[in-house]
Amino acid sequence: MSYERPAEPAIRIEGLTRRFGGNAVLDRLDLRIGPGEFLALLGRSGSGKTTLLRTLAGLDPVEEGEVLVPRNVAVVFQESRLLPWRRVWENVTLGLPGRDARDRAVAALEEVGLGHRLEAWPLTLSGGEAQRVGIARALVREPEFLMLDEPFASLDALTRLRMQAMVGRLWQKRRCAVLLVTHDVDEALLLGDRAVVLDSGRIRTELPVALDRPRRHDDPGFAPARRALLAALDVHETV
Amino acid sequence: MLDMTVRPRSEAGTATPGTPTRAEAGRLRRAVPTGLLRRSVSPLLLLLVWQAASSSGLVSPQTLASPSRILSTAVGLTTDGTLPRNLLVSLARAGSGLAIAVVAGVALALLAGLSRLGEEAIDAPMQMLRTLPALALVPLFILWFGIGELPKIALVALGSTIPIYLNLYKGIRSIDPKLLEMGRTLGLSRAQTIRQIVLPGALPDLLTGLRFSVGISWLMLVVAEQVNANSGIGHMMTDAEDFLRTDVILVGLLVYALLGLLSDQVVRVLERTLLAWRPSQGGRA
Repeated sequence: MSYERPAEPAIRIEGLTRRFGGNAVLDRLDLRIGPGEFLALLGRSGSGKTTLLRTLAGLDPVEEGEVLVPRNVAVVFQESRLLPWRRVWENVTLGLPGRDARDRAVAALEEVGLGHRLEAWPLTLSGGEAQRVGIARALVREPEFLMLDEPFASLDALTRLRMQAMVGRLWQKRRCAVLLVTHDVDEALLLGDRAVVLDSGRIRTELPVALDRPRRHDDPGFAPARRALLAALDVHETV
Repeated sequence: MLDMTVRPRSEAGTATPGTPTRAEAGRLRRAVPTGLLRRSVSPLLLLLVWQAASSSGLVSPQTLASPSRILSTAVGLTTDGTLPRNLLVSLARAGSGLAIAVVAGVALALLAGLSRLGEEAIDAPMQMLRTLPALALVPLFILWFGIGELPKIALVALGSTIPIYLNLYKGIRSIDPKLLEMGRTLGLSRAQTIRQIVLPGALPDLLTGLRFSVGISWLMLVVAEQVNANSGIGHMMTDAEDFLRTDVILVGLLVYALLGLLSDQVVRVLERTLLAWRPSQGGRA
C-alpha cells in the first residue's frame, strides 16, 4: 500500500496522546492531511475519533505530542448546533467580520440550496436543512481545513445521499483539506481520497481510495475497497 | 374563583375520546358559545342573589355592599378623581419598584452567571434572601425609611428582584454547552458569546422571572399601602374601612384584580414578540 504524501501537509499530527484517567484514548497518533485532501476517518465508537476531531478543532488541549493545523478551520457537528434565536442567515454570519457578511452568507446559503430560507427560524427547518445551514456557516469562512463530525448520521437515508453528493461537489469547487469523521464505510468511499481506520487511539489501517470521481456505488473497485475497510473495522459481511 | 372551579369539568366534558362522528362534531362546534353562556349563568345568578340579599336588607351594606352600589361607587370615585389619583400613585410605586427590581435583578444575575467570582459573592446571599418572606420586613422598613414613598418602593423592589435574579441566573447557567462550544469553533469573542448566545438563550427564563415579579410587586404594594400610606389604592381601602364603606373596599379589590390581569397580559405580549423564534409562539417566518 503506497501513498505519496504531499511535501507540505496542511495538518500534521505527531505522537498525539490523550489520556482520560490513565486510559489513553489517543495513543502516540501520527497523521498527516495534505492541502486539499479529503480524508475519511473511520472507527468504532470509543476509538478516539471524536477526541481527535475535538483536539484539531481546538476544543480539547494538546497534552502530549504535536499538532499543526491551519489557523482558519471550520467544524460541522453531528447536530447542526444552530442558535434557535437567530434567523438562518444570522446563524451563518455569526462572528463573521466585515460589512458584506450578509451578502456572503446569502451566497453560501444559495450554494447549499437554501436561498429561499434566509429569514427562517432554525427550529422550523428539517434535519437536512439545518445541517445544510451548518455547512454554509462553515464554508462562508472559507476554511483551509474543514472538519465534519458525522454530519449526516442523524439524517434519513435519501437525504444523506443527497447531502453526500452536495459535500462532494462543494469540496471539489473549494479544495480545502477535509477531515470527515464517520461510521459509514460507503460514505468514506464516496467522498474520501484516503480512508484511515482508528483503533484504540492509533491508525490501524490506511487505504487510499483510487476510484474515479464522481464516485458511484457500482464502480467495480467499490466492493473490494468496501470489504477491506469493513475488515479493518472487524465486520465480515457473510450472511 | 368560581370560573376556575367550573373550567375543569367543562373541559372534561368536551374531551370526548376517539374520533367524533359528524353529528358529534357538529354538537361540539355548537357547544362552544352555549358552553360559554352556560358557564356565565352561575356567576350571574350569584350576582343576582347577592343583589337581592342586599336590596331586601338581608345583608347590611356594612358587611357587604350590593353590586349596584359597588358600580355606582366606582363611577363616583372615578368622576370625582379619587380613584384615578390613587391609582396613579399606586402605579408609580409598583412601576418604579419593578423598574429597580429589573435593573438590580438583571445586573446581579449577569454578574453571578458570567463570572466565577460574581457567583461566589452574589449567589449565596441571594439564595438566603429568597427564603426570607419579604413582607416580614415591613416593620423594619418603616423604622428605617419612615412612612414616605421610599419604604413602599423598596419593598416592591426587594420582593420583585428575587424571581428575576433566580430565573435569569438559572437561564444563564443552563445554556446548552454545545452551543458555547460551537461559538468557540467560530472564534467568537467573550462579548460576542454573551451577546449572541448567552443573553438570548436566557431570555425565556428572564421573562418567566418577570412574570413572577409583576405578580409579587402588586402583592407587596397591597401590604405596604395598607400598613402605612396616605395615598394609593391600598390607602383608599384602609380609609374606607374606618367608615365601614365596604363598597369602596370592593372597588379597590376589583382594581387590584384588573391590574394583575392587565400586567400579566403585558408580559405575555412581551413573550410573544421577544420569543418569536419558538415554534410554540407561532414564529414561522
